[in-house]
Amino acid sequence: MRIKEHPILSFDVDEMINFTYNGKALQGLKGDTIASALHANGIKKLSESIHLKRPRGFYCAIGNCASCNMVVDGVPNIRTCITPLKEGMVVENQVGKGRVYGT
Amino acid sequence: MIEKTGVAPKDLFMQEFPADSDVLNDPKAIIECYKEIPCNPCETSCPFDAIHIGEDINKRPQIDFNACTGCGICVYNCPGLAISVRHLKGDKAVLKIPFEFTPRPAKDSMVNVVDRGGVVITTGKVIKVQDGKNQKQTALLHIEIDRDYIYDAITIEVPHGS
Amino acid sequence: MEHKEVVIIGAGPAGLKAAKSLLDAGAHVTIIDRNKKLGGQLTKQTHKFFGSEKQFASFRGIDILELLVQDLGRYAERLNILNETSVVGLYKDKVLSCVKHDRYFKIKAKRIIMATGASEKHLPFENNDLPGIYAAGAVQTLMNEYGVKPGHKVLMVGSGNIGLIVSYQLMQAGVQVVALVEAASSISGYLVHASKIKRLGVDILTRTTIKKALGTDQVEKVVIWDVDDTWQGIKRTERTLHVDTVCISVGLAPLTELLMQVGAEVTYVRELGGNVPIINPYYETTVKGVYACGDALGIEEASSAMVEGALTGMFVAEDLGYTLEESTQKIKALKSELTFLRSGPHAEKIRTGYMKVGVKT
Repeated sequence: MRIKEHPILSFDVDEMINFTYNGKALQGLKGDTIASALHANGIKKLSESIHLKRPRGFYCAIGNCASCNMVVDGVPNIRTCITPLKEGMVVENQVGKGRVYGT
Repeated sequence: MIEKTGVAPKDLFMQEFPADSDVLNDPKAIIECYKEIPCNPCETSCPFDAIHIGEDINKRPQIDFNACTGCGICVYNCPGLAISVRHLKGDKAVLKIPFEFTPRPAKDSMVNVVDRGGVVITTGKVIKVQDGKNQKQTALLHIEIDRDYIYDAITIEVPHGS
Repeated sequence: MEHKEVVIIGAGPAGLKAAKSLLDAGAHVTIIDRNKKLGGQLTKQTHKFFGSEKQFASFRGIDILELLVQDLGRYAERLNILNETSVVGLYKDKVLSCVKHDRYFKIKAKRIIMATGASEKHLPFENNDLPGIYAAGAVQTLMNEYGVKPGHKVLMVGSGNIGLIVSYQLMQAGVQVVALVEAASSISGYLVHASKIKRLGVDILTRTTIKKALGTDQVEKVVIWDVDDTWQGIKRTERTLHVDTVCISVGLAPLTELLMQVGAEVTYVRELGGNVPIINPYYETTVKGVYACGDALGIEEASSAMVEGALTGMFVAEDLGYTLEESTQKIKALKSELTFLRSGPHAEKIRTGYMKVGVKT
C-alpha cells in the first residue's frame, strides 16, 4: 500500500520502526503516524463502536473526529492519526470507551 | 454540458482557437478556461504580454495570437492545466501539453492520445520532454500527431486512469 | 502558568500569516498546533494554487508552506512553537489549557488568534461507518504526507474542489478512481479541475449519489443511484461498483468548539459551512482579545486564509500598541486582495454568507 513512485513527492525513507498491533509484530517507516503505519500494513479497522461494536477506521486523519482512537502503550483514546509512530509501541484495538491506568 | 460532465463540447472549445487555422502554422497557446475563477498566473508568467486578465483576476484570460510565440511557459504555470500549445507542421500537428504523472514517457516513444472525454482517438510520438526546475514538476510534453487531430486531442492516456 | 503575549491556535496558512504580521511588528508569538509538522492542510496540498502572485499562485501548497515557514525563520527568538499540542480548554480570562503528549499545562495570553481551520463533513447512507470510507482530505493526508495509498479502487462522492483535486491526486499516486458522483445537477468545483480528471478517464456522474456501502470489516462494494429534483434516490437506477475505498467530499465545517467554549457568539450560516463566530471589522470575536481568521470564520480557499491571517495579525499588533510601518496602505492592499479573491461567481456563496454575519466582502 506504499506509494513507490510519485510525480511530485519523493518517499525515500527506509528507516524501519518496529511496533506491535494486537500482539503481532509489524513495521512502519520513520515519519509514519500509528494509523498510516497500520494502513500501510493493510489494517483499516482500528476500533469498534461503543454500543453496536461496529468496525471503525479513521475518518478525518487530522485529529478531529476520534474515529481512530486506539489503546497505545496501555493508554486509551489515543488519536492514532496524528500520533507519530515510535519504536516498540504497543498498539491495540480499543473496545468500549477505554480504561485509564489502574481503573 | 461541461458543467455536468467536465467535457467541453466542440462548439465551445473551438471558440478558443484562432478563427483562421493558418494562424496555427506557428505555435499558439490555446486557453480552455471557461468559467471565471480568481487566478492569473497565465498573464503574469507570459514573457510576451500576450495574455490579458487585468486587475480583477476573476476575468477570463484573453489571448493575443499576434503576440503569442507558443513558448509554453503559461502551460506549466496554469494551476488548472487548462492551456496547451498547438502547431500545424505539414501533415502533422505538434501539441505541447502539461503532464504531472510518473513515469514520464520516453522521447520517441508512442503514446495513446485522448480527447476531452478521455477516449483514445489516435497515437502520437513524444518528440520532446521538457522538465526544467522552473516548471515545478509539471512536465511539458511535445507530442506529434496527425494534423486532423489538432482540435480534438487534449492529453495522453496515463496508466492509472480509469 | 506561563504568560504569553499572543497565542495563535493553528499553524495553517491563516495562523502562519498572522504570526508573520505580528513578528514583523515586534510582538512575541506562540503558535500551537496539534500536528507535528507546521502548515495545517498545506502539508498535503501537492497542487499548484490559484490566485495571484500575492498569494503564491502557481506554487504548490507544499512549497508555499516552505516559504511561509522560511518567512518566520529570522524571528526565532520571539517565536515559540508548541507542536503536537492540543488546546483542550479556552476561558474568558484568556487562559488556555493544553495537552502535549502526557503533559497538561496552562498558558495565559494577552491576545489569542483562533486559526483553527475546518473539519470535513460526512454524509448519511447505509454503512457509512465502514473502514475504507474516509473524508477526501483524509485520503490526501494519508497519500501525500505519509506515502500510503488508501486502497486500489475509489469512489469519490462530491464534486467540489477537494473532491476533484483529490481524485487527480489519487491517480498521481497510482490509485484508480472508478467514478465521481455528485447529487447536484452540475459540478460544484472549478471546471478546469473537472476537465483534468475527465480527460484521464474518470466519469463524473451528476444527479447521482451513494445509496449504501457493503462489506463486513471494510468496504467491498458500493451501490450508487440517480437522484430526482427533490434529492431523493430513484428506485431501479441502482448500480453496484466494486471499490475498496469511498472518499467523502461534501464540504467542510469551521472548527469553532473552542470559541463556543470561551463564550464567543456564534451563528449558523449554511453558506459558510456551519457555526461561525461573529466578528468586528478587526477580526475580533465578541470575547475581547480573542480573534479569529481563516476557515474558522467560513469555508474558503487557502489563499483567502493567508490574506485574512496577515490582516488579523496586523490588527492584533495594533491593538497591542505596536506601530506598523505603512499600516494603512498595507491593510488597504490586503483588503483589496480579499475582495478580488471573493468576487468571482464561485465565491457567491461566501459573499452571501458573510453578508449574513455582517462582514463586508
